[in-house]
Amino acid sequence: MTTTLEPPLQTRTPTGRPKRRRPTPMTALQFILLVLFASVVLTPLYVVLVTSFKSGMDVSPATAWDLPHTWSTDGWVSAATRLAPAVGRSLILALAAAILSSILGSMNGYVFAKWKFPGADIVFTAFLFGMFIPYQAVMIPLQRLLLDLQMHGLPWLDGIPRLILVHTIYGIPICTLIFRNYYATAVPNEILEAARVDGAGMLRTYASIVLPVSIPGFVVTLIWQFTSAWNDFLFALFLTSPRNGPVTYALQELAGGQNPDYPSIMAGVLVASLPTLIVYIALGRYFISGLMSGSVK
Amino acid sequence: MRRLRTWGPGLLLVSPSIILVGIFVYGLIGLNINTSLAQTRDRITNKITNPGGLANYTNLLQTERYQHALWNLLVLTVVFMTGTMLFGLLWAVLLERGVTGEGVFRSIYLFPMAISFVAAGVTWRWLLSPAQGADQAIGLNQLFLKMGMPWLQSKWWSDPGPLNMAAMAIPAIWQLAGYIMALFLAGFRGISEDQREAARVDGATEWQLYRYVLFPQISPVALSALIILGHMSMKMFDLIYSIAGANSYTAEVPATYMWIQLFPQSNPTAAAANATIILAIVAVVVIPYLIYTNRTEKGGRA
Repeated sequence: MTTTLEPPLQTRTPTGRPKRRRPTPMTALQFILLVLFASVVLTPLYVVLVTSFKSGMDVSPATAWDLPHTWSTDGWVSAATRLAPAVGRSLILALAAAILSSILGSMNGYVFAKWKFPGADIVFTAFLFGMFIPYQAVMIPLQRLLLDLQMHGLPWLDGIPRLILVHTIYGIPICTLIFRNYYATAVPNEILEAARVDGAGMLRTYASIVLPVSIPGFVVTLIWQFTSAWNDFLFALFLTSPRNGPVTYALQELAGGQNPDYPSIMAGVLVASLPTLIVYIALGRYFISGLMSGSVK
Repeated sequence: MRRLRTWGPGLLLVSPSIILVGIFVYGLIGLNINTSLAQTRDRITNKITNPGGLANYTNLLQTERYQHALWNLLVLTVVFMTGTMLFGLLWAVLLERGVTGEGVFRSIYLFPMAISFVAAGVTWRWLLSPAQGADQAIGLNQLFLKMGMPWLQSKWWSDPGPLNMAAMAIPAIWQLAGYIMALFLAGFRGISEDQREAARVDGATEWQLYRYVLFPQISPVALSALIILGHMSMKMFDLIYSIAGANSYTAEVPATYMWIQLFPQSNPTAAAANATIILAIVAVVVIPYLIYTNRTEKGGRA
């Protein structure tokens, strides 16, 4: 399993510059197809944007695909007001879960890459399986366990703290994988050997040699974990309520009413997606690295 | 003793995670299986609701409702995997040769992956709305009317026919085809330019170049892509829940039925059996794959 932390998708040939062929009918067709597919992929975004700026009166089936007759921000105001508390909760959840599982993943990755104990490979494979399990298969006992913990001694273990715990734990496998693959190539064994000769113990080596070069790994796991915690709905639905849950739950509630208020629903879609979209646009190549490591080879 | 001193600290550093994963993954899977085998009685009538043991599983598998959910899952998985692989590969082939604005296209194709299934689902609920006719239809049906193609109107996933879940695969393909494209692109970019040149010097046509030189080398990528999509499909919940609602029979798959068993029907035993079946289906595919990659990785390193 390889994690590429360099931008994996660039057009470089071994000789340097991207190779471009002379325009031919084939390249023209290629370009037309690409534009066509791009417009299909963007169609839902068009709908969401256009509808979010319509006024309540402006929403009728016949004009569903038209630009707003009069541009209105009512939908945005109502969505922002309704979703604001949940957006705040989601931010705390996603940041905390991302930081905690990245720290654990870094320590684990270091050990699995450089400081193996007997049976480490089996334990690592057992971790990886945790990445693939359908969470339905743990949900019922998980719900009971968390409720028990809350009743007996941990009264704060509800809502967001509860989700932070869950996302941190189920984020351990992927973060461990990313850091293990990263350290395997980024930290040469010779340096670790030299540190050992100089009498540095494992923790000392970790703190003074491994951690300082870990930033690229942290960027990838933080983005990955932030996005998955932000986007999660399954755990939110089973373990929280709309009152104390994250923004996905709140959006689901906003969209689920009897008389759908489409402008505010569509504005809500954007409000609930903005943080991950910003991360994607600003840090796209790290986002892709995270995606790649979710796969293998 | 010296060995313990070398690997002891490492084990110690990983032990919090081993304990957490041990309890929250494997321990809870065990408890869930345990729940699924319980015998339960109705609180008021004292009639047996779940006979206990493996009969809980055979009973569930024999119900018409569960078979319907499994059928839906099969249709969804086949269409979703085929469509996502096809578009992912097509986009990667279109992009891997280098084209003006490549970065822009890549970002556009990949952006749905950054959005939650819930946000996508809320949007696609509107796009796949079943209402038809000029003054009723919204979403794609209205678009088809506008484009003068009224015959394309469809009831989408809410069609009572056996293949309705093919429509549910559309948003899923929309969301994940870009991801598969990125995987394939990375695969193509990993092949050195020399091999293409060599094939061209040997007089290979473009088609032969792909068929005999490039595609064989990205087949490991295709395998990972299939495993990723397969296990995503098995546990797909958010998207279906937010498009079809909490309680839709027509669009029901085992993952959404589990929620219904647990809450509206308050039958955790049957829900646990269902969840174990989903886990078993995923495990049958994923475990051999993990062993296989573990082995090839070691072989490659030796």
